[in-house]
Amino acid sequence: MERQIRYQREANLEWARQFTKQPGGERLLSCIQCGTCSGACPLSIYMDLTPRQVIALVREGFREDALRSKTIWLCASCYACAVECPQKISITDIMYRLKREAIRSNLYPKRFPIPVLAREFCEMVRRRGRNSEFWVVFRMALRSNPFVLFSMARTGWDLWRTGRLSLRKERIRRINDLQFIPAASKEVD
Amino acid sequence: MEPPAKYLYYPGCSLKATGVAYEESLLTTLRLLEIPVEELSDWNCCGATAYMSVSEASATLLALRNLALAHQAGTKDVLAPCSACYLTLRKSHELATHYPEAAKDVERFLEQAGLPRPDSVRVRHPLEVLYTDVGIQRLRELTVRRLQGVRMASYYGCQAVRPYGEVDDPHEPVRMDEVLRAVGVETVDYPLKTKCCGGSLTGTIHEVGLRLNYILLKEAQRKGAQAIVTICPLCQFNLDAYQREIRKQTGEPIDMPVLYLTQVIGWALGGGFRELGLHRAISGRKLIEQWFTVKKEAETYV
Repeated sequence: MERQIRYQREANLEWARQFTKQPGGERLLSCIQCGTCSGACPLSIYMDLTPRQVIALVREGFREDALRSKTIWLCASCYACAVECPQKISITDIMYRLKREAIRSNLYPKRFPIPVLAREFCEMVRRRGRNSEFWVVFRMALRSNPFVLFSMARTGWDLWRTGRLSLRKERIRRINDLQFIPAASKEVD
Repeated sequence: MEPPAKYLYYPGCSLKATGVAYEESLLTTLRLLEIPVEELSDWNCCGATAYMSVSEASATLLALRNLALAHQAGTKDVLAPCSACYLTLRKSHELATHYPEAAKDVERFLEQAGLPRPDSVRVRHPLEVLYTDVGIQRLRELTVRRLQGVRMASYYGCQAVRPYGEVDDPHEPVRMDEVLRAVGVETVDYPLKTKCCGGSLTGTIHEVGLRLNYILLKEAQRKGAQAIVTICPLCQFNLDAYQREIRKQTGEPIDMPVLYLTQVIGWALGGGFRELGLHRAISGRKLIEQWFTVKKEAETYV
């Protein structure tokens, strides 16, 4: 049976210290574990860890538990937790930071469609300056679960017949401007 | 505060594709209000939630380029109708102007790309324009048509009101209700008005996204609404495009129009059915035709 508790020696306290030193992170230390974030979150019932648990794990230095969780990816960035938190912790931004670190350290759940979508999206935007809804969803499906395309066909048809499905690959003129943006891919790989 | 002389319109990806009816109705509404608006030339993707999940610095600079282009064009007010665009642009402006940690990256990027600092640019949302810049009184005066006996639920979604709360109160927003009532639309009490639609979850973890939207639709119905009014292309898409599937899964007869605020306001100001993109709805098409097709006697009645 899988062990559910952690030993103190498994914690990475240095990581926790670094994490809480970054801007916004210091507020983590004032978390009172009230669970308002989990209550406000429309997705907490689908999460493997609740937002409150993620905060607790981060603060105590259980890095991998936090980074491997599906919770950080299910967060839709609706900011409900952030505006309700009595300690004014910007939980949404903490989730973002965990997502970035999970991608950077290659700890995100592979073939889980949400990080796949994020990466495909960024790649398209870097190349063309714009995202084309159809193509980014198409590429995400190919790389996570191609069979899902069948179930999307009906919605695609509805969009097509109402003139809402664009197959155009959008592009900006001054694409060179974007080369001055530090490559996100460097942080990824 | 004086309303600005002109707005620079930042469409983002959705308003050129799944949310094209939002673009059509927004531009029509602004034309009827005689508000000058122009599309931001060579705008790039805002980065949405995806880019922020990969790199904070890149996401900030990417969004910031749009604000710098706006500054270069000499316009202060950037109009971002999509909630995700609105939040991302607004957030990048804040990170770039208030966070010393970001300052060096920002300076270097703007210099290399030959762009100005966009400090004075303001990011605005259409709801703010209607409520604050145009105002309830003027909307009331300009109304030429009234929807009789139709009750609607105002759905604000997440990122337009949270976390900044400049478009409306993040806990209890009311401005959309007030704008709708100004043109004679009856609104119902809708407690889920700021509950998230799941955003891109309908495309990634489909069952979860579907369930969130089922709850939103069901509650609107239970509160006696005949339609939901939205201010975000992703909310509109999620609530509109999956009703067939929700019907199939739950066996419940849900077929509800999901409209853009600018479609309802534009119609009340005299806009036409097609120029407001009302023909692009997937759900509740019969009701939409019934409500918004202008009959001769209705015109003379008003």
